[in-house]
Amino acid sequence: MALTVAVLNGMKMKQPFETVVARHGATVLRVCRAVLGVHDADDAWSETFLAALRAYPDLPDTANVEAWLVTIARRKAIDVHRATRRNPLPVDELPDAPTALGIPDTDEADVWGFVGQLPDKQRHAITFRYLAGMSYAEIAAILGGTVDAARRAAADGLKKLKTNYPGAIMKGAGP
Amino acid sequence: MNDTNTDETLAVLSAPIDPEKLAMLHRRLEAEAEAEGLVDVAYTTVDSPVGELLLAATPKGLIRVAFAVEDHDRVLESLAAQVSSRILRSPQRLDPVARELAEYFDRKRTVFDLTLDLSLSRGFRQLVQRHLPEIGYGRTLSYREMAELVGNPKAVRAVGTACATNPLPVVVPCHRVLRTDGSLGGYLGGLEAKTTLLALEAAA
Repeated sequence: MALTVAVLNGMKMKQPFETVVARHGATVLRVCRAVLGVHDADDAWSETFLAALRAYPDLPDTANVEAWLVTIARRKAIDVHRATRRNPLPVDELPDAPTALGIPDTDEADVWGFVGQLPDKQRHAITFRYLAGMSYAEIAAILGGTVDAARRAAADGLKKLKTNYPGAIMKGAGP
Repeated sequence: MNDTNTDETLAVLSAPIDPEKLAMLHRRLEAEAEAEGLVDVAYTTVDSPVGELLLAATPKGLIRVAFAVEDHDRVLESLAAQVSSRILRSPQRLDPVARELAEYFDRKRTVFDLTLDLSLSRGFRQLVQRHLPEIGYGRTLSYREMAELVGNPKAVRAVGTACATNPLPVVVPCHRVLRTDGSLGGYLGGLEAKTTLLALEAAA
């Protein structure tokens, strides 16, 4: 892998931007969906990568690209959210049954609806921790507050998801 | 606390995203980034009788054609270092290049009519590369004759280097330069590719 070669050479080279899109496009979409719901996430994804492309040459070679993208994605998602003046995902748009048979991510869309109903801080903490794989220290740096507070927000959010989202849990084999 | 439930919830959250969805978002990014002038290097890949070719263009013109044996990922990395890291797979900018190459490989085109960005080469190398298209389709010159053509008959070895480092093979026809004894000499894309191109032009 190219990255390994760069590391072995003792230097971290800046990858072509296309590599950044290919590597992190899915994560950024999950972050946008977690903040906005499935419907408005596409706009935020586009805005995020346009802004990232503009700033990319100035990004230090040693930067954590994913954390950088997630920070931009969060800001852009909030912009889109304000622009649309809507709730993260209106409850009345949630399908109450899996009606769109044959569309593979219908259940996934349901989950995003529940994530969208979490309080801001919990929603963001969960997104950054579990979807972007960031450390609590990195999350605290983005959200403000202490590392402990970030950890607590993620734990509380997960607990609430477990309570509010039995559907996904029942799909598994567990008790 | 039931960690199994938590894991399953997270599994759903981090479930794979439909590749077609990401492809659609990518096409939208290409269009918007081009419109805002943010794509310093656009590229695509095309199939050809000499293997998959990487085509890359700056706003000034075609800057790189690369054979698969050169390793396209490495070529893109060196473009990021030499030109700009704002590199995006954006096939539309390369449409005219892809079309002329297809016509060339179909033996329906003998001259390329494309805007070139020669900024990857400097000095004598660039001078040689500027003159290479003067060797007509289906014809060949020796490295010595090429040196004479650029007005520096003693620079035979430097002509060889200029051909070997041609950033625009096929389009800038370094494959039409052979050793003085008529043997092939080297080629960036491998001797098989050079033979294929010469045979293609000879048969037309």
